[in-house]
Amino acid sequence: MTEPDAHNHVGDCRRIFALLSEYLDAELPAETCEQIAAHLKDCPPCVEFLESLKKTIELCRELEGEERPGPLGEAARRELQALYRKALAARRPAAEPSPDAES
Amino acid sequence: MIASDARQQEIELARRLIAGEPGAFDRFVERFGSKVFQYSLLVCGQREDAEEVAQDTLFKVFEKLDQLREPERIRPWVFRIARNACLMKRRKSVFAPAQELSLDELMPQAAGNGGARRIEIADWSALPEDRALKAELQRVVREAIRELPEIYQSVLLLRDIEGLSTAEAAEVLGVNEEVVKTRLHRARLAVRRKLDWYLQSARAGGGPA
Repeated sequence: MTEPDAHNHVGDCRRIFALLSEYLDAELPAETCEQIAAHLKDCPPCVEFLESLKKTIELCRELEGEERPGPLGEAARRELQALYRKALAARRPAAEPSPDAES
Repeated sequence: MIASDARQQEIELARRLIAGEPGAFDRFVERFGSKVFQYSLLVCGQREDAEEVAQDTLFKVFEKLDQLREPERIRPWVFRIARNACLMKRRKSVFAPAQELSLDELMPQAAGNGGARRIEIADWSALPEDRALKAELQRVVREAIRELPEIYQSVLLLRDIEGLSTAEAAEVLGVNEEVVKTRLHRARLAVRRKLDWYLQSARAGGGPA
């Protein structure tokens, strides 16, 4: 993302900018990856940007639950168990419901 | 990998649930009730709404359980239902029109004209080692995710939070894989930009950065 001497450099930055997630996710063809790696060697601002994107993804992936859900109400649990028994019966008409599926 | 271990455990749990094994029902309700709650809390931002979405999702899951043929697909299958429940909840509360995020807007602006141009970017080097800063940044990330237009938000949640593959996310959302990749990149860029603004302002104000 600098514009030193080669006019095409900024154009490359723009093209690469659009591909950075796919680059990080290893979803690009090998040839494109090599082109990006070659560009990154000579473009510290692109490297810096890529690092910040990588950290953003890490923060998303490591996001911890801010709250825990409350316990399921007894009535809702009974209804769910009834639906579960029905689903098991539909899957295996001849099978006996397991003790777990009994309310 | 921790993520794939968790995935394997879920697949095993789904197998046991389908087989009607003792204990599977309770473990499934606890595990997926909690996962869907966390997902919908990021979408809705309200605890009551998130609990309602989690419960609605569990009802749909058990209503349709006889249709689940492949336990390997349990996570995308549940999250397709969860996403629909979130959409229903949104329609009931606020009408949010689909918004497009443009790549140009998300590209950092170059400072100065001509000559050597430099982009304006915050100092990210303190991350993720600084724990206090990391907790604060997680708050910023949650806020940024909640502000994303739904078409971007759902892709980011499915790919980066729930760990679905591109193909699985495409199937859940009913779009092709290229669309998933494009939207995911823009969603990540929008979250990155919000973090960058936060880091810049924290630095300017002598804050945590």
